[in-house]
Amino acid sequence: MSNSNIGSNERLASMPDETGHFGVFGGRFVSETLMAALEELTREYQRLKNDPAFLRDFHSDLANYVGRESPLYFAERLTREVGGARILLKREDLNHTGAHKINNCIGQALLAKHMGKPRVIAETGAGQHGVASATVAARFGLKCAVYMGSEDIARQSLNVYRMKLLGAEVIPVTSGSRTLKDALSEALRDWVTNVDDTYYIIGTVAGPHPYPMLVRDFQSVIGNETRNQCQTQYGCMPDAIVACVGGGSNAMGIFYPFINDTDVRLIGVEPAGHGMETGEHAAPLTAGQIGVLHGNRTYLMQDENGQILDTYSVSAGLDYPGVGPEHAWLKDIKRAEYVTVTDEEALTAFRQLNLLEGILPALESAHAVAWGMKMAKDMSPDQTIVINLSGRGDKDIPTMARIDGISID
Amino acid sequence: MSRIEQCFGQLKADGRKALVVYLVAGDPEPAVTVPLMHAMVAAGANIIELGLPFSDPEAEGPVIQLAHERALKHNVSLRDTLAMARTFRETDQTTPIVLMGYINPIEAMGYDVFGQLAGDAGIDGTILVNVPPEEGELLDQSLAANKIDPVYLLSPTTTDARARMLCEKTRGFAYYVSLKGTTGASTLDVDSVRDRMSTFREFARTPIVVGFGIKDGESAASIAAVSDGAVVGSALVSLMAEHADDKPRMMQAVQHLIGEMRTAMDAEAV
Repeated sequence: MSNSNIGSNERLASMPDETGHFGVFGGRFVSETLMAALEELTREYQRLKNDPAFLRDFHSDLANYVGRESPLYFAERLTREVGGARILLKREDLNHTGAHKINNCIGQALLAKHMGKPRVIAETGAGQHGVASATVAARFGLKCAVYMGSEDIARQSLNVYRMKLLGAEVIPVTSGSRTLKDALSEALRDWVTNVDDTYYIIGTVAGPHPYPMLVRDFQSVIGNETRNQCQTQYGCMPDAIVACVGGGSNAMGIFYPFINDTDVRLIGVEPAGHGMETGEHAAPLTAGQIGVLHGNRTYLMQDENGQILDTYSVSAGLDYPGVGPEHAWLKDIKRAEYVTVTDEEALTAFRQLNLLEGILPALESAHAVAWGMKMAKDMSPDQTIVINLSGRGDKDIPTMARIDGISID
Repeated sequence: MSRIEQCFGQLKADGRKALVVYLVAGDPEPAVTVPLMHAMVAAGANIIELGLPFSDPEAEGPVIQLAHERALKHNVSLRDTLAMARTFRETDQTTPIVLMGYINPIEAMGYDVFGQLAGDAGIDGTILVNVPPEEGELLDQSLAANKIDPVYLLSPTTTDARARMLCEKTRGFAYYVSLKGTTGASTLDVDSVRDRMSTFREFARTPIVVGFGIKDGESAASIAAVSDGAVVGSALVSLMAEHADDKPRMMQAVQHLIGEMRTAMDAEAV
């Protein structure tokens, strides 16, 4: 891709602007009660992100608690099977708690500690971010409450119990569609009420400024490692990077350090659910319109009256009607491409990765694997494609067993 | 002079405070909204906040969330909401109507179309809960072109610097959300409201009304005594929910509560 249509490289990596906008996207669409808290958080983050002690703590925990760096693994049998570009897998599934979510949670829990907030709250869909938040709360001795839709609680009993083992309070949300978007709204309500002593750990690159920026920054460790590993282990820069996009934190984390390398294609994979033509999907970048939800302007799944639509994906972690504002911006300036993968294609990739590489991917990550395989086939063997394997699939075994009609109770 | 200015001017001349009432358009069903608005005015309300139904009302407590859900069961849209305001205007040309809600339905319609349609419908102001002035510049232009006042919120966490900016940007009146929390929160601290009001007064060129935690004559009167008006929302909305199946009872209950507040506020003023 030529960089002539996207302005100077500095501009690409220097977003958001001072007011928290990525072009027309992002911003701070919240009630007045939260404005002071967001201003405080922005100030504290700007101060701490260059503070040597804060950075030392962050990187020390990433190494010794999360287990970084995560390998960049050459999937040899998968590459041979596909018959095209060399496929490398960034193994975020090997992190403590099983996904990339923990990177951000470590960063934000440290922020909470530095800001003197004894209590953290989080929203969760499938429970991965809830587990990661409960984990860091235990690690840092913070009180933790996790908001989770009552529908999701019923579907994810394992993660609910795990959060309780970690000492967190799991609060069922019974409003609206009783899923992730309602959990996020409810967490915002908690924060409005308890703003003095509470830090809100948002799990993705969405929400009001500064969250999209700070979550991206904490997750950028994925892309920074990938860049170094590519060059030192494989002696190249990747030709393409593929990551799944729900809210978009694993994708932003791996994209961001490559954003100025305009020869590297960045591809985000949205869930097409039962198929784009059915309308039962969660692909706002592909089929949504611009609107405002949960504190930022972005692409949304909504009807013609601006009401938010219920979404669908077999993967709970991608089942969200919005997407991080930086992705919306990267789409509009054409720096990143966004594509879709159906449930069925993701399930096929899930099985193939098990059989060919002995790796059980999360259903979310299986979307990226599916597209990566499709793409690699049309590329030449001297090209390299990196797939972000954002999480492991242990949590999805009950879902897969159900699909296969097997009882595992 | 705008209807909002006229309203506060008249109240001041009479030595009374504003009673601001809230309902969600189409709750519990579309047919009752306009009759309810008239009944509220007849019982002593001065300004109506007409809630715009939204699927994800982030800053509302459970009572008002459910009101939004009931209205959306009838698919009440922004256009429907404006149509209700227009119908109300046919027989009441003086009571200000302030549209209250979240920005997304207005984004979907487009700011310019909205400004024009809302102006035509007789909307006097907007309170958009998730639009601080920093995000409101473009919308404010469309509103100004149609003589609609953007009303901004003040909160207990608002710094003095922000309060000065908000008081500069707000038109018609300012709305002090007296509690940290969502709508329907229960405790009210009149002394702390009085303290903050004295700060806001230094910056404000408009009247300031106070909401959150007002549920009966006593709380309305004590808030009115330290401000330019009291806003009542959840207390009324729960009566609408309670009597959803019996319209005459609903009207009666709503009017009774508003009457009690009016009487208490006016007694305090004398």
